[in-house]
Amino acid sequence: TVLAAWPAKAFGAKDMTEGLANLLGSSEMMESGDISIKAPEIAENGAVVPITVTATMAGVESITIAAPNNPAPLVASFDLMGGAHGYASTRIKMGKSGDVIAVVKAGGKLYTAKKGVKVTIGGCGG
Amino acid sequence: MASKSIKIRAKFKDGVTTVKALLTHQMESGFRKDSKAGGMVPAHYIQEVVCEVGGKMVMNAHWSGGVSKNPYLSFKFDGGEGEKLKLTWTDNKGETDSAEEAIG
Amino acid sequence: GLLPGSLRASSQRPTDLYEIPRFGNVCLMHMTDCHAQLNPVYFREPNVNLGVGGALGKAPHLVGNAFLKHFGVTPDSSAAHAFSYLNYDAAAKTYGRVGGFAHLASLVKRLRAERGDGNSLLLDGGDTWQGSGTAYWTRGKDMVEACNLLGVDIMTGHWEFTYQDREVIENIGEFKGEFIAQNVKVTEEALFDYKFSDFDGFNEDAGLAFKPYTMRTVNGVRVAVIGQAFPYTPIANPQRFIPDWTFGIQDERMQAVVDQVRSNEKPDLVVVLSHNGMDVDLKMAEQVTGIDVIFGGHTHDGMPAPTVVENSSGKTLVTNAGSNGKFLGVMDLDVRNGKLQGFQYRLVPIFSNLLKADPAMQAYIDQVRAPYKTQLEEPLALAEETLYRRGNFNGTFDQVICDALNKVNDAQISLSPGFRWGTTVIPGQTITMENVMDQTCITYPETYRREMSGADIKAILEDVGDNLFNPDPYFQQGGDMVRVGGLDYVCDPNQSFGKRISDMTLDDGTKIEANKKYMVAGWATVGSQSPGRPIWDVVADYLRDQKQVKINKLNTPKLVGMKGNPGLEDYPAA
Ligand SMILES: [Mn+2]
Ligand SMILES: [Mn+2]
Repeated sequence: TVLAAWPAKAFGAKDMTEGLANLLGSSEMMESGDISIKAPEIAENGAVVPITVTATMAGVESITIAAPNNPAPLVASFDLMGGAHGYASTRIKMGKSGDVIAVVKAGGKLYTAKKGVKVTIGGCGG
Repeated sequence: MASKSIKIRAKFKDGVTTVKALLTHQMESGFRKDSKAGGMVPAHYIQEVVCEVGGKMVMNAHWSGGVSKNPYLSFKFDGGEGEKLKLTWTDNKGETDSAEEAIG
Repeated sequence: GLLPGSLRASSQRPTDLYEIPRFGNVCLMHMTDCHAQLNPVYFREPNVNLGVGGALGKAPHLVGNAFLKHFGVTPDSSAAHAFSYLNYDAAAKTYGRVGGFAHLASLVKRLRAERGDGNSLLLDGGDTWQGSGTAYWTRGKDMVEACNLLGVDIMTGHWEFTYQDREVIENIGEFKGEFIAQNVKVTEEALFDYKFSDFDGFNEDAGLAFKPYTMRTVNGVRVAVIGQAFPYTPIANPQRFIPDWTFGIQDERMQAVVDQVRSNEKPDLVVVLSHNGMDVDLKMAEQVTGIDVIFGGHTHDGMPAPTVVENSSGKTLVTNAGSNGKFLGVMDLDVRNGKLQGFQYRLVPIFSNLLKADPAMQAYIDQVRAPYKTQLEEPLALAEETLYRRGNFNGTFDQVICDALNKVNDAQISLSPGFRWGTTVIPGQTITMENVMDQTCITYPETYRREMSGADIKAILEDVGDNLFNPDPYFQQGGDMVRVGGLDYVCDPNQSFGKRISDMTLDDGTKIEANKKYMVAGWATVGSQSPGRPIWDVVADYLRDQKQVKINKLNTPKLVGMKGNPGLEDYPAA
């Protein structure tokens, strides 16, 4: 198996659009209802935010997760092959409130969805 | 193959294998201030995770330091019954570890 | 259809306050948020409980006269005293202390007997194991046993989770009722090597840490009770005590549980025992269908009548039953032909002068408190005015805590959490160590003293302000605004995140500057443990030194855009 090299330039980008374009070859993407992002409305811990992306369209090749408010917005990319489903789950760091973006490459095209996650200082109570 | 840094659960059900893995790694992003020494804590994080089943790759992940400490990942693929699954990570310092698990 | 239950509290004479006529065939008694108050206490209801956005002017965001008018409570009655802050000092002297497990036990026993064997359930909405010195020192165990004696059938939790996870599991093991929560999962990470895999309530396949619901047969009626723990426990309280559990509102899972229960268990009645807080419950009742009643807590709203919420497939009743042991919610239901046909509800105030103490419960309370009696009864100072906490902004007891932090720790500004528990001290009363513990006893009481920039301080106020005033209830955490000492500000609750707080000044009028550093003292940090002494020692030092307590200045914000809001009365800086 030939492995693609770690895309240093994409992951080093300070701007999400630039990072995505660098990684995926294009920043042209369509919003899609076939992507669902499971993430907490309010993060229990900004250092460990559980994110699960499910893409139900045919021919999913990769799932990329980004957090535009992070110092390096591109967080993770999963290349899926050999019968792998359009599904990836991981935990990401979020320094402050903002969107989590999922970009799915399927049939050579890019699709996207987003979900807001609030990161709070916390500490009050009834 | 015993691995100190990788725990894998791979379950086959209804024609699909679900993999859940927990990796032990500090995942230092390089964006964190060092309160004692001053400056930034140097980046040290897993950059690549590869999963092979029966010698064939099913998943190849690229990560930044934005993935949480002691990373968790889960993915699914068709088939896999009775096969062996191999997971390998490599970090930005070239350190690497790998583990194998029979799909149950 | 459902008819609103008659609200008879207002017409009750003291002698027949506890004559609650039978109705229907099932009686569900509901207590919540007693915060470990075993003995009767004073508790002043708020004069500030602002509703913004869709909550403006609606229950529970009503105080004082607006509250009485909305619920038809007769002014100057015992009910008016129980439900409102009005004429508090005099009325507290007239009607005496409220709550107490021995008095509650008498009422519960009486109702159980009147309804007949097996025709009632006692539900506990949580915040039961925390809030008093003895609960703190016994790690909640004094309350577990008190609840066993009381005969609590089913409970869920919030502050219960502020002990170590192994203590939570142990306490649930000793609790004779059932502990339920559909919204607490074991994290995927923890499932690899879960510490409590042999715990009864744990379900590995579903990943649920506790049993999600229970079925009970009450007078031949099949009642499903689904648990909903406080969704934001690991945010509002330290996650470090319970690292393996993840919460959240999980209303999709709630819908799935309701649907599954309805189809598999064939219940006649589906109720949710919730610690969401009332605003969250009201939204959940709109979103999730198939629930007959949500018995709610957390926001400590003493609501004389349920709110009837309509959703796409029917109606759901939403109650909230106050705090500190002050009330028992009594819902009598008529359930026939597999359906709720009607109900009567009363939120019954527990006046310790009007109910006899149950001897067995009182003996237990005396015994469990005995080892701590000397500590609890230590006199510290004399209260020259009513000292209370509850309200959206600083109460007078909060001001004492903030002033103590500033004075003892030599700070310019102090910050203290906006908890909704904490009992009241009335004028002329000696403030004891017990009163201080009632206001402060948490498992993360350590204080800090550190420099913060003006921008840091504003960020904290904005963050907590959004937890309170976010127009979407699912973003509200059910606490009140962070209390401040030495700091004044202007608050515009209708604004969006980051824009509610302005004109921050020190007590002497000096403007707070974003880039300047200020010495700040505080306590109850949720992130990591603070280095200082427990807050109760700081407050006790201050009180011993003061001898008499009268508030010189209450650091409540000047409010913008709240004129005419019925959640605000007698507010000094409106
Ligand atoms: Mn409470
Ligand atoms: Mn609570």
